[in-house]
Amino acid sequence: MAAWMAGRQKWLLHPAAKPLIFMVCLLPFAWLFYAAWSDQLGANPAEALVRATGDWTLRFVCIVLAVTPLRVITRTPALARFRRMLGLFAYFYVVLHLLSYSWFDMGFDVADIARDIAKRPFILVGFSAFVLLTPLAATSFNAAIKAMGAKRWQLLHKLVYLIAGLGLLHFFWMRAGKNNFNEVFVYAAIVALLLGWRVWNHWAKARRRVSNNAAVGVH
Amino acid sequence: MLIKTNAHGFNHAVPSEITPQGIYQSRRDLIKLMATGTAGAALASWAGRDALAQAVPKPGKLAVLAGAKSAVAGAVTMEKVTDYKDATSYNNFYEFGTDKADPARNAATLPVKPWSVAVEGLVKNPKNFTLEELLKLSPQEERIYRLRCVEGWSMVIPWVGYSLSELIKKVEPLGSAKYVEFITLADPKTMPFVGSRVLEWPYVEALRLDEAMHPLALLTFGMYGEVLPNQNGAPVRMVVPWKYGFKSGKSIVKIRFTDKEPRTAWNKAAAQEYGFYSNVNPLVDHPRWSQATERRIGEDGLFAKKRKTLMFNGYEAQVGQLYAGMDLKKNF
Repeated sequence: MAAWMAGRQKWLLHPAAKPLIFMVCLLPFAWLFYAAWSDQLGANPAEALVRATGDWTLRFVCIVLAVTPLRVITRTPALARFRRMLGLFAYFYVVLHLLSYSWFDMGFDVADIARDIAKRPFILVGFSAFVLLTPLAATSFNAAIKAMGAKRWQLLHKLVYLIAGLGLLHFFWMRAGKNNFNEVFVYAAIVALLLGWRVWNHWAKARRRVSNNAAVGVH
Repeated sequence: MLIKTNAHGFNHAVPSEITPQGIYQSRRDLIKLMATGTAGAALASWAGRDALAQAVPKPGKLAVLAGAKSAVAGAVTMEKVTDYKDATSYNNFYEFGTDKADPARNAATLPVKPWSVAVEGLVKNPKNFTLEELLKLSPQEERIYRLRCVEGWSMVIPWVGYSLSELIKKVEPLGSAKYVEFITLADPKTMPFVGSRVLEWPYVEALRLDEAMHPLALLTFGMYGEVLPNQNGAPVRMVVPWKYGFKSGKSIVKIRFTDKEPRTAWNKAAAQEYGFYSNVNPLVDHPRWSQATERRIGEDGLFAKKRKTLMFNGYEAQVGQLYAGMDLKKNF
């Protein structure tokens, strides 16, 4: 068991691990780019691109939220190395999502886009999630952490919980007209599980602290 | 002198909206260049596909159902016909799934033979028509209609059928008949999504009697010179070109004449979003999206600008008088 754990850590700490995962995260983009040029996105390629980039944003938000639970449950500290990159990929795909919508849906007409955001609550919610994600992406280099101080930086990055909720609401609202919530529920269940684990973990840690304190006689 | 007017279906883009040939050509050249430059021959065939085929292509996949060119005013638009592949792979037919690719995947099980349509309610001559009787009831015509989906996309489809009014005249509605209701097949054994809670089944749509009598309202048996593919509503469906696509029920089994406005499927599901009339109207937005523009499927790829949606989908000259004096914001 110990050997297996050590082996896994070694793989994750290998210099090639990061570039490799980077390439894997880029695969959806590469596929979409290729599919767009080879006319494999079906009858409505614009809609397919907007949807696929939205899907991948949600997936990367789920993946990045899964890092900490996985790290703790499997006792694999090395997983933390990849969290920032995965978060930046969530931002990469949300930028593509916004770009596809602005370009293919709205023809880059800024006035039209502004009207659309003001008029349609589900676009407003999605746009807010993008806006809130921007400072997280912008502060994802070491100097920013140093300048802000680790505490404040961490507090800022807790916004990801709100962003995940807004993203889900955006998706839910989009599907509401057709009462077609199956996929929405899958993402909601995953996010609920990952956030629920955090609440439980926080509570369990607090309880451990109390009982430890009791054991050593601190009151 | 023959002057073509809107009434003849010549409701087209104004010249300022037409992409100049030079720009159009340079766009295609760019795409071609990128296609050949990045991935070679497989991509070049896409870029080089025939962009401006005008004649209705016969796909040669199903039994032939030819129609004579229709003489009904507005029945033949000159716009570029949507590729058969797109028109048969991008469908809303919720009995077979809610994804647009689902109907083409799942509709092979639709039991189209034998088929009959019961015509009943407030008529002098109620009758259960077999499909063969219906096919022969009146000469088949080819109608090239714009189709505008409430979701904001559109196609141009060459349908084959005849005016619903031909059938209505045969069954002679009573004076008390005010509406025509179309009830479509709901067979849980062959339609995997009948039973899902997305809509109340069977799918029901309806028209006011005078709308149903309008010559453009088409009882439809075919498209692209062949019988309807299952995913497009075989073997018989309605096509009402001045209304959003969902008003045109697919795979109809019953037509009923009533004196009260029928409750229709989408109206029951979300009355504030889908009104009884559901005429194409760029001035009345869907609560969650604008209806001012639409994406023409298959038109010049990703970079094509959306086009402006026309009042009554461009059939205002033909059908506008049906709604004279009505507040179309209230009766949306």
